[in-house]
Amino acid sequence: MSGHEPAEAARVARHLLRRRRWRPLEIVAWTATLALILLIPSRALLINEILILGLFALSLDLALGYAGLVSLGHAAFLGLGAYTAGIMASRGLADPTLGLVVASLVAGLAGLVTAPLVLRGTDLTRLMVTLGVSLMLGELANRNSWLTGGADGLDFTIGRVLGQFPIDFAGRRAAALYSFVVVFALFALARRVTRSSFGQSVQAIRQNRLRAGALGVPANRRLVATYGLAAAYAGAAGALLAQTTQIVSLDIFDFHRSADVLLTLIIGGPGYLYGGLIGAAIFIGLRDALAGATPEYWEFWIGLMLVALVTVGRERIETALKRLARRLRPAPRREAAP
Amino acid sequence: MLTILFDGVAYGMLLFLLACGLAVTLGLMNFVNLAHGVFAMGGGYVTALLMNRAGIPFLATLPFAFIVPALVGIVVERLLYRRLYGASPLDQVLLTIGLVLMAIPAFDYFLTDQPQQIHLPAFLQGRFELPGLTIGAYRLFLVVVCGLIAATLQIFLVGTRFGAQLRAAVDDRRVAAGLGIDVGRLFAIAFAIGSGLAGLGGALAADVVGGVDPNFPIKFLVSFLIVVAVGGSRGVAGAFFGALLLGVLDVAGKYYVPSIGAFVIYAVMVTTLLIRPQGLFAKSGT
Repeated sequence: MSGHEPAEAARVARHLLRRRRWRPLEIVAWTATLALILLIPSRALLINEILILGLFALSLDLALGYAGLVSLGHAAFLGLGAYTAGIMASRGLADPTLGLVVASLVAGLAGLVTAPLVLRGTDLTRLMVTLGVSLMLGELANRNSWLTGGADGLDFTIGRVLGQFPIDFAGRRAAALYSFVVVFALFALARRVTRSSFGQSVQAIRQNRLRAGALGVPANRRLVATYGLAAAYAGAAGALLAQTTQIVSLDIFDFHRSADVLLTLIIGGPGYLYGGLIGAAIFIGLRDALAGATPEYWEFWIGLMLVALVTVGRERIETALKRLARRLRPAPRREAAP
Repeated sequence: MLTILFDGVAYGMLLFLLACGLAVTLGLMNFVNLAHGVFAMGGGYVTALLMNRAGIPFLATLPFAFIVPALVGIVVERLLYRRLYGASPLDQVLLTIGLVLMAIPAFDYFLTDQPQQIHLPAFLQGRFELPGLTIGAYRLFLVVVCGLIAATLQIFLVGTRFGAQLRAAVDDRRVAAGLGIDVGRLFAIAFAIGSGLAGLGGALAADVVGGVDPNFPIKFLVSFLIVVAVGGSRGVAGAFFGALLLGVLDVAGKYYVPSIGAFVIYAVMVTTLLIRPQGLFAKSGT
């Protein structure tokens, strides 16, 4: 047994390293997105929106898809990030990068602070606690209008990115590019984290907490850290949203936001990082297409899609898609066990 | 002071009627039914439409406000909800959010987004002046009706064979089924009654909240959830006291400390969930 250990360890290490490499399809997808922004500036606004919702859904994916923590109040962190960036800009700290960093830190900190509340109890309690926290923050923002502008919202002017590129209404393409760079950087980080031994252990906790604990994984601390990271990502999404639209209003804490991001992630599929971005593209693309035909009523179709999705069974669809993908590309080469 | 207390109690009673169905599905059966408000809205619309388009008097519409949502409830339960008993809460959330998202545009499409007003009959409009206490006639009506329903429901659940079977099925579905109880039918009936009561609550609430409009299910979702969270997972009695507490806190909070407003009830909900995840009025132990 002990003689096999170095070989076994090397095999595992090789496997993990191979998973870390970027696949051709991923590189193509990111390049294509960048090309879309550059080639079709008229759609830059839409792409910007997709990127931001995608980042927000990615953040929920970290909490839900990886750590297994359900949330009905993820908008709490989006709102915190947006208001942090907005308040900073309205008080003269108009540099977008600074706003982005501070907003992520504030939201991340809030995530770490509320994580113990979220870790207690069952999924059911978790749904209600997260919802309650986001509603409380919304009410706080509503009542402290000296800081947040209250029901009128907060509008402000934002500085240039790195002192160079304007991202206001004159520079929609620059705004989309700014979001693209931020989303890509954060995605790469999330990719790295989830494929690290830390990320592996978090998934182990989700799959079998007792067993992960028995293997010596400090379950609570890992979950708190992951939830904090997810919150920081949501804060970054909020900051991007505030900076590129130059307005923050109370509806950012709405139940609607938390529900939408959950739907986005579910449509794209949780647990493999791209779900959020793909879901965002489908969600906003669908809204754009349907709203043209039947404005106001487009949500009906999203609802119908959800009901169908759940009734047929999410797992069943997932396995069907995987089978399809396997048939489309040659089976991955498996390394023979020593 | 007493007036505020009375208004709070009346509001709490109304909340109870709206949420008691959810106390059964979410509290007892552990089914996360975020679409509960749709049934309440349905009841409100039934009453509003019967009054405004068919000219039927207010009191005569109330039975329909119960029956229509109850029938719809049975259909939806048999078609959709039944498949997801015992599924993960996430799937239940997704299904019921999907239903809400479908219901809002559907009502909007057929009935416009303008609030449908309900005009109360004259004998429910006035108010009584007592020393130190002003009682609105409709508020009194609400307290009496909702109180009667709550008492009936409690007797029904505790005292009848059906209630005993339902409690048994909720405690342990498999054993109950093994004892020859038709659990599926039982849940469907419980669900229908819950939906019907929500509909009745919606009809009675329409005047208090300024008419029913398609966004009703989202607007009141949080209140329902708070009632069940505070009332606990032990059913109707818990929800009753939870709703009363919430009604009084909400009305008093908005009157005395308007600067923090709804913050109070959210804080109550989160604190309750953290200290006693089973609810404030639950029997101790899990």
